[in-house]
Amino acid sequence: MATITVERKPLSFLERTYIPNVVAGLTTTFKRMIKPTETLQYPEQRPAIPTGYRGVPTLVNDPNGREKCVSCQLCEFVCPPKAIRITPGEIANDDPNAHVEKRPKAFEIDMLRCIYCGLCQEVCPEEAIFLQNQYSMTGYTRAEMVNDKARLYELGGTLPDQHYKWDKKKSAAEAASHGGHH
Amino acid sequence: MTSVSELCDLCGKISDLRLSASDMFDFYFDLPLWFRLVLQGTIVILVLFPLAAACSMAERKISAWIQGRPGPNRTIPPFLAWIPGINIIRNLGLFQLAADGGKFTFKEDPVPGNVNKFYFILAPILSMIPALSTIAFVPFGAYFKTLADGTRELTPIILANTDLGLLAVFAVSSLGVYSLILAGWASNSKYPFLGGVRASAQLISYELSMTLSILPVFLWVNAPGGEGTLSLFNVVQTQSQPGFLGGMWYIFLMPLSAFIFLTALFAETNRQPFDMPESESDLVGGFHTEYGAFKWSLFFVAEYAHMIVGSGIFCLLFLGGWNPLPWVTLADTANLLGIAGIPLLMGLLGITLFLGKVGFFIFFFMWVRWTLPRFRYDQVMNLGWKKLLPLSIANLIFYAIAIAVKDLYFPNL
Amino acid sequence: MSDILFHLFSLLTVACALGVVLNKNAVASALCLLVCLTGIAGLFVLLDAFLLAVLTVFVYAGAVVALFLFIIMLLDMQGGDRKPFTKASIVAGAASVGLLCTGLYTFIVRGHIDSPALSDTPAHGSSLRAYAELLFTTYLLPVQIVGFLLLIAMLGVIVISKKFEGLEDIK
Repeated sequence: MATITVERKPLSFLERTYIPNVVAGLTTTFKRMIKPTETLQYPEQRPAIPTGYRGVPTLVNDPNGREKCVSCQLCEFVCPPKAIRITPGEIANDDPNAHVEKRPKAFEIDMLRCIYCGLCQEVCPEEAIFLQNQYSMTGYTRAEMVNDKARLYELGGTLPDQHYKWDKKKSAAEAASHGGHH
Repeated sequence: MTSVSELCDLCGKISDLRLSASDMFDFYFDLPLWFRLVLQGTIVILVLFPLAAACSMAERKISAWIQGRPGPNRTIPPFLAWIPGINIIRNLGLFQLAADGGKFTFKEDPVPGNVNKFYFILAPILSMIPALSTIAFVPFGAYFKTLADGTRELTPIILANTDLGLLAVFAVSSLGVYSLILAGWASNSKYPFLGGVRASAQLISYELSMTLSILPVFLWVNAPGGEGTLSLFNVVQTQSQPGFLGGMWYIFLMPLSAFIFLTALFAETNRQPFDMPESESDLVGGFHTEYGAFKWSLFFVAEYAHMIVGSGIFCLLFLGGWNPLPWVTLADTANLLGIAGIPLLMGLLGITLFLGKVGFFIFFFMWVRWTLPRFRYDQVMNLGWKKLLPLSIANLIFYAIAIAVKDLYFPNL
Repeated sequence: MSDILFHLFSLLTVACALGVVLNKNAVASALCLLVCLTGIAGLFVLLDAFLLAVLTVFVYAGAVVALFLFIIMLLDMQGGDRKPFTKASIVAGAASVGLLCTGLYTFIVRGHIDSPALSDTPAHGSSLRAYAELLFTTYLLPVQIVGFLLLIAMLGVIVISKKFEGLEDIK
């Protein structure tokens, strides 16, 4: 058997009086007492959020101010707790963003249901939904805890884009209308 | 016309009533003795009770600092928030203390079924009696009283200046154990009962070593042919003599006595590492498990009051009472500052110095509480009976012989 | 004032002494004893015997009754049914009551107490010094004898309570 018997040293006289150990303990706690505290004063001081943090899901615009979401509803279908409700909407032809495929008429995420799993972000083909730094959602009613479209864009803001998909589509569409052939 | 003359008369009387300090003293000392005593006692209790309550906030703060937290620092009444600099008070948690006090006073005070109601209610009341009455025998400071023939006499500031000082403190504080026993027994529940049994055993065990450990001090104080006194004021007086030995605090002269007394004091006030009656990790809350609201807070005010009085006695016995430093007496300091002739200022100086030392000891109590783990019950009993008691007896014999040798062969030392 | 206090303390003492005997609950009895001792201490104070008062509170009220309570709680003694009187106990009770009455009678009627004026009585119980002087001079022998008796009692308790079967195990 791999049992190791550890020889216990008999305590010296001083150790048996407890006094040096008590003094050592008191020194430790006193040092701790004069150090600054570790506590974060929460509402005034905020913790540093690490990159890759999965906070509240939000919708983002591209740098040109277009909505990236095209209301494909993939996130709605993948969402495990069924927290997302999307009502797809058309874009009128006279809209400046008419070249964009579609956009949601309404987009609601129920934060009482959301489990912050990040599947919506993963599944989104348009990179339109992101779980960002916001970690604290509070409200006095259930209705307040449902983020509607305006709130989602407000939380999300604008994120840098690499593709500028709709710029390409637009220039392609304009070239086609000028050139006269597809 | 009569009314005008009456008015003038009244004005004259008012102008006679200029509130000079000496008039106020005269007015005070003209009051009947019993009234003055009641007034003094009430004032002391009115200071001691909130002080004991404030200790609970100090405890929370010190525990927080030791654990790297800031402690309670957010409570503030909104209507006071505009005052500049009030955040200092807020950060010290003083508003939290007031809120706690209000909560304890006004929340529902449940009496569980199956308790022995009379004794259940009696226990917290009983805990207050020794806690608040022992202070009567503790001097807080001293001042020079000018006698009729013009000489000055150092007079203690004390409620009851008796010969028996310390013995009376011990006698009254020994009654404190009944509140714990009664609380434990009347709760009719297993954990409080165990707490009560532990309390009775522990407090009696450590009372012995406590009493024996301070005997050398009084052997030293009461030189042969002297008055023969147990007065705490006299102990401080003998630490305020001129000369090397005369001005020495007894903690240097009798460190072992001081150590035993301090250890026993921890046990007598139920402080960690000796909080057997309470030991919340193995007995839920010990004797006060079934208590809530105001009754519970009374137990704690009593515990802190015990701590204050105990620390005060330790300071008087071993740390020179109101003397600022060893070999530097209060009288010297007052003469140096030129306030020896003003009883009020000198008294305040003495009280401040004394309370400063007591404050340090209360801090020490809390510091130890948040440092050391609790002893096991059998370790407490072993330490009390097998270590401290023989040690205090040996200490007593050693000092008896040493003092006899000193008196016989070196009487002038 | 002191007359009123005397009657108050006497009443308290006697009532609580009766309470000690008549109470069925052992804890309540012990607490009656506590109040009774406190009353006695109050009577001592009225006699200016401060030291005796303090010692009564310290030793009896503070320690002895606490030990009583400790034992009562440890053994969990309940009031329970009382044993009926036996013939022997009736005889013993009657005899002791008779002796007590005789003693009291002798003390009150036949005893000659030359009571000097109160101011002339030396206050042995008031100051520590006077008390200690008597203890170490006049009454030295009785004190030593009582101390010896207590020692014997303590040894007796140890002999009775300790099991001596495994004596060789005790090191």
